Amino acid sequence: MEKIHLQYNVDGDDLTLAGEASSDVRRVLRQLGFDAETIRRAAICMYEGEINMVIHAYGGVIDVYIDPDSIEIIMADTGPGIADVEKAWQEGYTTASQTARDLGFGAGMGLPNMKRYSDFIDIETELGKGTTVKMIIKINS
Amino acid sequence: MQIKTVRDILDAEVLCGEEYLDQEVSSACGADLMSDVLAFVKDQGILLTGLLNLQVVRTAEMMDMKCIVIVRGKTPDEKLVDFADSRSIVMLRTPYSMYTACGRLYNDGLVGVE
Repeated sequence: MEKIHLQYNVDGDDLTLAGEASSDVRRVLRQLGFDAETIRRAAICMYEGEINMVIHAYGGVIDVYIDPDSIEIIMADTGPGIADVEKAWQEGYTTASQTARDLGFGAGMGLPNMKRYSDFIDIETELGKGTTVKMIIKINS
Repeated sequence: MQIKTVRDILDAEVLCGEEYLDQEVSSACGADLMSDVLAFVKDQGILLTGLLNLQVVRTAEMMDMKCIVIVRGKTPDEKLVDFADSRSIVMLRTPYSMYTACGRLYNDGLVGVE
């Protein structure tokens, strides 16, 4: 299997569309025949990240690279950046709006869930410039 | 447990996915916080929730859930039901509250995932 590259532009204006990119990646992973738990792990990581992009950073670009050993997800936005990354890792810490909470998110569980279900996660962020989150999900790990 | 048994236990109305009522589910999750649903990677068949927006269906889809139960008799709009239908997810509506609905299912052997 050759390495597959998927790219998505995430619209930051329409909260109802949040999750479309994750849904498409999940569909591709199923077609490729990955096991259900690996697909769920990738879906959780990407969906939480996609929600974050929409509720905090006005959207952005997601690149997904799939090969037989791993799924790599790179989510880049040009949003406000994360002021305190250490706190952002903590369960329950949030700066989300009421709108995000109304959707069932914004309770400070996004990054902890992404960390829990990825094998590698790295955040680069700069205030006023944006944030890039890179995650790797190994297959059958 | 078959989804049609869930329907009977919860005195629920089928809003979509009538053709999938024979499917088996072995665990369930009750939450209005979608990140709590996404915190468990294990197979969960049913999502009970009082939240009515498209992210409920998205979350169920990401987690391979087969059925969404809307609690306390709330009425989702047509767009939401159509979206669940497009994802082959059964949507039920029960008059019971979240606590009672979860309790009735648990009592009949449908456990949670820990």
